[in-house]
Amino acid sequence: MKRFFTSFTLSLLVAATLSACGSSVKLQDVPVEDRAASSSGQAKDAAADSREVAPVQIGATQAPMDGPAKVAKIVYFDFDSYIVKPEFQGVVDAHAKYLMASKSRHLAIEGHTDERGGREYNLALGQKRAEAVRRAMGLLGVSDSQVEAVSFGKEKPAAQGLDEASMALNRRAEINYR
Amino acid sequence: MKIDFLPRGLPQRRAMLKSLAGIGLFASCTGYALAQFRVEVSGVGMTQLPIAIAPFRGEAQAPQKIGGIVKADLERSGMFRSVDAAGVSADENTRPDLENWRKKGADALLTGSVSPLADGHFDVRLRLWDVVRGQDLGGQSFTVSQADLRLSAHRVSDFVYEKLTGEKGIFSTRIAYITKSSTRYTLWVADSDGEGAQSALTSPEPIISPAWSPSGAQLAYVSFESRKPVIYSHDVASGKRRLLANFRGSNSAPAWSPDGKQLVATLSRDGGSQIYAISLSGAEPTRLTQSSSIDTEPAYSPDGKFIYFVSDRGGSPQIYRMSRTGANPERVTFTGSYNISPAISPDGRWLAYVSRVGGAFKLHVMEFATGTVSAITETVADESPSFAPNSRLIVYATQEQGREALMTTTLDGKIKARLSGAGGDIREPAWGPFPR
Repeated sequence: MKRFFTSFTLSLLVAATLSACGSSVKLQDVPVEDRAASSSGQAKDAAADSREVAPVQIGATQAPMDGPAKVAKIVYFDFDSYIVKPEFQGVVDAHAKYLMASKSRHLAIEGHTDERGGREYNLALGQKRAEAVRRAMGLLGVSDSQVEAVSFGKEKPAAQGLDEASMALNRRAEINYR
Repeated sequence: MKIDFLPRGLPQRRAMLKSLAGIGLFASCTGYALAQFRVEVSGVGMTQLPIAIAPFRGEAQAPQKIGGIVKADLERSGMFRSVDAAGVSADENTRPDLENWRKKGADALLTGSVSPLADGHFDVRLRLWDVVRGQDLGGQSFTVSQADLRLSAHRVSDFVYEKLTGEKGIFSTRIAYITKSSTRYTLWVADSDGEGAQSALTSPEPIISPAWSPSGAQLAYVSFESRKPVIYSHDVASGKRRLLANFRGSNSAPAWSPDGKQLVATLSRDGGSQIYAISLSGAEPTRLTQSSSIDTEPAYSPDGKFIYFVSDRGGSPQIYRMSRTGANPERVTFTGSYNISPAISPDGRWLAYVSRVGGAFKLHVMEFATGTVSAITETVADESPSFAPNSRLIVYATQEQGREALMTTTLDGKIKARLSGAGGDIREPAWGPFPR
């Protein structure tokens, strides 16, 4: 027994020495742990399933409906400004008059920004523009229930390009009937 | 120039890597660029562990080059640099000539194989060697379908990363991002390197602000499909969608609480953009902020006790923090006049955000403990930072040569990689959690 141990230890030592010398002795039956298997086959399948993605497709959105004829539907804003400029008061007045005469009509005021800055912060800035137009209509007597102020932030620019002329076209609120 | 200040030997290097992971910022030194695998290295530290990755036996005949994927993963992490092992013939059963690898400058060696099975699956095996100490650091094997071969390569990377740094790897996690073509917006779910993308949602209207639930099963996002911003949660595996917030006005900026039981989001239902808590049970939202200014982009601290957010209540957008009930708001950022898009690292130690400097929007990182702030990019249109679940990398959107791109970066900004992905405009990355 003792002799067996000695020779066993000796052979281990030899093996250890050989490997320490960096020889390319092939290790017999190098055990390969199988964590994936030990954490069970179901886990593996579950992991594979969780990788699958079911695609969803959204169809075309509804186009806006017509509002009053020959009335502009866009209010433009100055850089970093949320004030409806006097030259757009006429647009606001015309839609307000139409809404008060047609109580069943509803519109959305969609605020937009130019493309500088973060998407969410621009969404909040676009919201300020939309609400400025909504308030201007409210001052004229339009019921809040006929008007919804929403924002697209910088997601739907009217003009591409980083020049000032393009960006000025993007700082706007669009009036769309639903 | 490369100067080796460190004592030779893997244990020391490994200890160094661990302490680096603790310190977070590498010492600055002269750099060189690695062109392959789109990994850009600037001012590289000597603390990158040199690893040789032998081509996996059989990978030439396999649909995925396991060795190449692993090499790119490890380089992107910033913790490793690869030692050339092209043309080496070895697998997990080979007893390698470690002395030779030591001479080539490798501290670790990865060998493995990929073999097709009769049922169409593949057997992927690996073995990792500590070259310096002449030790076998263990092996692993995976039986995977062809579709999961890339995933198995990322699991190999995770094994190597954890064995050599002592921290969990993030390579087998997923990221979500959004692309825009001329007529379609698509929400994708992809591997952490941006590849293997699968479409979760396509829409003719914009999709923004994807946010992973803590379990990684759901994505919340803002969709404009009803011509206004509305928040959905979307079960990625089944495609089942649920409206979470469709209140009057705009609904945006969803963020999950760490326990996954509720979200915070920005609603304009009461006029102005304010932050609300939205329970998944469908109860009435609770208003958390009460200001006449913009309050948006809420993000929970990992312990769920605080909510970070952006507010212009002081005259310009800055990052603030309040309790989870909205109490005691306090300002967090003090330099710069435009600080937005806060992201908190999962270990709670770092804040990533975008700051406007001159006319440029640049990714910044703040260390909470010291308050130290660093700008970590050279680009000028950075957006939407999101931390890897091990807090060691950030994915963000930016523009390069006029085109949108997704990048990963180490927290010190020294190692960046451009993620591949569908062509065209690509934005809004969100890094998913560790699988549960």
